[in-house]
Amino acid sequence: MPRLVSHPDEVKIVSARFGKGAADIDKYLELGGYEATKKCLANGPDWIINEMKASNLRGRGGAGFPTGMKWSFVPKQSTKPKYVLVNGDESEPGTCKDHLIFLHDPHAVIEGTIIAGLAIGSKVGFIYLRGEYRYLLEIMEKAVADAYAKGFLGKNIFGSDTEFQIVTQSGAGAYEVGEESALMESLEGKRGIPRIKPPFPAVVGLYGGPTVINNAETIATVPHVIDMGGEAFAAVGTPRNGGTRLFCLSGHIERPGVYELPMGYNLKKMIYEVGGGIRGGRKLKAVVPGGSSTPVLLPEEIETLGMDFDQVGKAGSMLGSGGVVVIDDQTCIVEFALRTISFYAHESCGWCIPCREGTDWLKKSLTRFHAGFGTAKDIDNIQYLADNMMGRTFCPLGDAAAMPTLGFVKKFRKEFEDHLGGKPCPFAKHVEVAVV
Amino acid sequence: MSPETMSIFSPALASRFDALVAKYPVRRSALVPMLLYAQDEIGYLSEAVIAEVAERIGITELDVRNVATYYSMLRFKPAGKFNVQVCTNISCMLRGAYDLFDRFQDELHIGNKGVTSDGVFSLEEVECIGACCWAPAIQVNYAFHDDLTPDQVPAILAGYRKQVQEKENNA
Repeated sequence: MPRLVSHPDEVKIVSARFGKGAADIDKYLELGGYEATKKCLANGPDWIINEMKASNLRGRGGAGFPTGMKWSFVPKQSTKPKYVLVNGDESEPGTCKDHLIFLHDPHAVIEGTIIAGLAIGSKVGFIYLRGEYRYLLEIMEKAVADAYAKGFLGKNIFGSDTEFQIVTQSGAGAYEVGEESALMESLEGKRGIPRIKPPFPAVVGLYGGPTVINNAETIATVPHVIDMGGEAFAAVGTPRNGGTRLFCLSGHIERPGVYELPMGYNLKKMIYEVGGGIRGGRKLKAVVPGGSSTPVLLPEEIETLGMDFDQVGKAGSMLGSGGVVVIDDQTCIVEFALRTISFYAHESCGWCIPCREGTDWLKKSLTRFHAGFGTAKDIDNIQYLADNMMGRTFCPLGDAAAMPTLGFVKKFRKEFEDHLGGKPCPFAKHVEVAVV
Repeated sequence: MSPETMSIFSPALASRFDALVAKYPVRRSALVPMLLYAQDEIGYLSEAVIAEVAERIGITELDVRNVATYYSMLRFKPAGKFNVQVCTNISCMLRGAYDLFDRFQDELHIGNKGVTSDGVFSLEEVECIGACCWAPAIQVNYAFHDDLTPDQVPAILAGYRKQVQEKENNA
């Protein structure tokens, strides 16, 4: 069972009900649940979208797109049914926040889905969980059944004239399905291959209807925004980055765990105070700030870095999915890069060439390099390959592989050079790492 | 074929599938979960599973195969009763996932994607399973075990062996 952690600097909004038995609908109601939905039913779509815009809530999946704006893009009139699609395919290495949301607060996901539906005028929401999360899917399914039994879902939700249905869905193992268009393909019973954009999902999405797709954490945050009021939520964070987010501290850290901190919280403080510093009193070598696809940061780059989308972007990386992976000074960066790229090579769907070939060649080059057979030219080649993948693929998976690679090569060039000439790697234990 | 009389699935699963295909605007949306649930019961996607799922949804077997080959949890040959999946992605790797994986190999005398001769266990190195903050983590079928050290491996395996033993004794 995932261990819950706590720190005095935390501002518990999304995680406020964690560990309180809120998966039980009566307990959830006792803790103030479903009040936000009732408020939204009374106030209507324009009010909801204004609150969401005022909250400065930005998508927690990784791209950080403003949620209120995303909802406002859905046309009011549509001949085809509109849909809400909740992305619980959580697969970005270093990220396990949705895991806790589904486990501890499934009704917040249901509430957020209903509210999104009310905002865009949709009658059906889909909640898609990755296949590995079977026990969490069962918790979600029970929560949905309980909400139907109470009349919170169905033809006349909360006794109103409004209809809203929720369908839960299981994936079957695919990172790429976390990309929104691939997610829709998967839900339509197809291979999870991305679609060409435009048209964007807000116009032509699931089953051809206008669709809003939000990350599970974004959706679980929505009822809290409504409860607090958009402006109050925005005030917790930094300009243009409203509220808090669930940061997943993992790797070589003393107290790993999911911590809810205000947007803009200093990364150094997050590692040394909230997370208790580097495990075993070692030194920090690098940190991946937002899941494995985000470029690595050096210790000197995190001194004054506030963890919000804009500041991390300015520092040359991304806030991404909130997965903070801490790497100590006894780690081989070449091995770490190889393991990162092996993942993307495994998950690339093969639909477009720059990603299919690029991830494969990056993996091959890094494998050879790590085994001690690299040449000086290989370092430039790795960089050349990654540079040429950037922005040239159908979906962000290609970028997700190229971005961290460029970061490793640029920031740790010396360590790559130290592997030249058949010299043994000073750290690594798993030269044959690329088994998967 | 009438699924009621000729289904290879248990009556419970067959009726679950009847409900599942009616849940969505299009029947085909049931495909991915159906394949996974069928695999849970039968053990893998056999010819017969693929044929019946195709029939139930109303698509060709080729369509089913085309989709099934995309998803990494779906398999076309049997695994062990307990499929041990060790995550070795970055967060788990940094906390000793490969040592854990090695220990499983040693204890089970099989390698990656191997099945023990008694068919009880299979072993697989897998990508991130979403337990990064509780690393290193594994899944045995769908059950998570987290914050592990290699020394815990024998006890984990013994626990599952006991389940098999008890089932046999009751049978």
